[in-house]
Amino acid sequence: MSCSCPPVIQVKDLTFSYRKGDAPTLENVNFTVKCGESGCIVGPNGGGKSTLLKLMLGLLVPDSGSVSIFGVSPAAASRRIGYMPQYHQLDASFPATVLEVALMGRARRGLFGRYSSDDCDKAVSALKEMGCSGLEKRSFSTLSGGQRQRVLIARALASEPELLLLDEPTANIDPGAEEQFYSTLEELKSRMTVLTVSHDLGFVSRGTDHIICVNRNVSVHTSEDFTSEAADAVYHHKVNLIRHEHSCFCHCSGKKQAK
Amino acid sequence: MSSFINELFKPELAFLRNAILLGLLAGPVLGVIGSMVVTRRISSLAGASAHTALGGVGIALFLQRVAGLSWCSGSLGAVAGAVFAALLVGIVSIYAREREDTVIAVVWALGMAVGLLFLDRTPGYVDWQGYLFGNILLISRESIIMTIVLDVLVLVPAVIFYNSVLATTFDPVFSHLRGLPVNLIYLLLLVLTALTIVLLINIVGIILVIALLTLPAASAGSWTKHLWSMMLGATVLSWIFIVGGLLASYYTDLPAGPVIVVIASAVYLVSLCTGKFIKKD
Repeated sequence: MSCSCPPVIQVKDLTFSYRKGDAPTLENVNFTVKCGESGCIVGPNGGGKSTLLKLMLGLLVPDSGSVSIFGVSPAAASRRIGYMPQYHQLDASFPATVLEVALMGRARRGLFGRYSSDDCDKAVSALKEMGCSGLEKRSFSTLSGGQRQRVLIARALASEPELLLLDEPTANIDPGAEEQFYSTLEELKSRMTVLTVSHDLGFVSRGTDHIICVNRNVSVHTSEDFTSEAADAVYHHKVNLIRHEHSCFCHCSGKKQAK
Repeated sequence: MSSFINELFKPELAFLRNAILLGLLAGPVLGVIGSMVVTRRISSLAGASAHTALGGVGIALFLQRVAGLSWCSGSLGAVAGAVFAALLVGIVSIYAREREDTVIAVVWALGMAVGLLFLDRTPGYVDWQGYLFGNILLISRESIIMTIVLDVLVLVPAVIFYNSVLATTFDPVFSHLRGLPVNLIYLLLLVLTALTIVLLINIVGIILVIALLTLPAASAGSWTKHLWSMMLGATVLSWIFIVGGLLASYYTDLPAGPVIVVIASAVYLVSLCTGKFIKKD
């Protein structure tokens, strides 16, 4: 990837609160993700991860400061972003097949959304990439949590994004499928910027360039300098950091937040 | 069977024929709008819209008889009240999501209260029970024509915009990011839902209209794995519920609305119990 292009994500002096007068959910946030880089957003519940995600998607507007995606506003860049929500935000019994869900990634602007055979091919190959071949005709509502998440990533991939935003992708991985999932993620990172969001279990794989720690303020670490001390500072309590061969996980051991 | 059909064509049973015809014509609207209401989870919003229809009726009849506005009919008031409530709640839900249920409860009760107050001060006889519990004798030629128009208004966009409708119903946030007009589709759905409700009020009444709107779709949803097949199934079930209910009510001399709702609820229970055994894969 050439790096003469504008940064994938640039957040400058961003402050945001849900109501005027309330303490800000995010305060004086600055970070940049250049093209070719990837990252992981970690932090405790209520620390502002989802808010930051919504600001990057253009669903919320900052009180002050700015967010730019590929050098333009998030709204203008939204079709270049592939977004995977947490599957439990969606209706669990919605009548749609796996292929129908993946095809939604090919939706065009406006009301008239007819899919071409090319759209169909792209949706099928995105499903294949996420290890969901053979599930195309299954009802989305009959899948396991892990399968649903992979189908939702496939839907995001079908839109051929340059930035992939994954909200809690590791929360429901089927047992035994972790290794496969992490290697697929590594593969994706070679083609596009992948930003994952994680709440109490921050998984930080070896290829991750940035660890973006969010707890009202934001600090950015690399996977090398993300030590136990750094994790403690973000979570405001003792965090166990366990390094695995492929990735490092941090588990929260404390029950109460010090703050 | 033939004697039954002969009986149905007796001149004095024109009201029953009209009701059956209206039910058959309303089936596709119920199938499509009912499925959307169930999958988008806006049945309580639809309830608020139905009850505010009475507010519209009250104000319209008051204006007609007291202010002398002869064009201000009860049906026009029902349409205005139902559409107003649906759009009000819809807009609140777009801009202030967290208080949606409270707003629905307030609109629901206030819409009905306003209607009852205006009807109380409206001179002359008003069949307010007909609005609350349904009165198939109120079904007129105009109701039939309105239903045909509504069929076109609902089916044409449902077919042409099917993929966009499917995507925005499943995941509004993702669809918004893909550039689909999520709010436009939502508000259009709300207007069509309000019109469907007004259409059904004559058959089952304001209080039971939500049951007729949601039960066929909810039952069909247990057995289907596509939105389109849910809509088709709900259409067929609506036909069975309305026609079956009307005939059962005629032969047992029981009120039509409750009979229809009891039949629909029984089928819904069966669908809940059998849905998981019918393989969706």
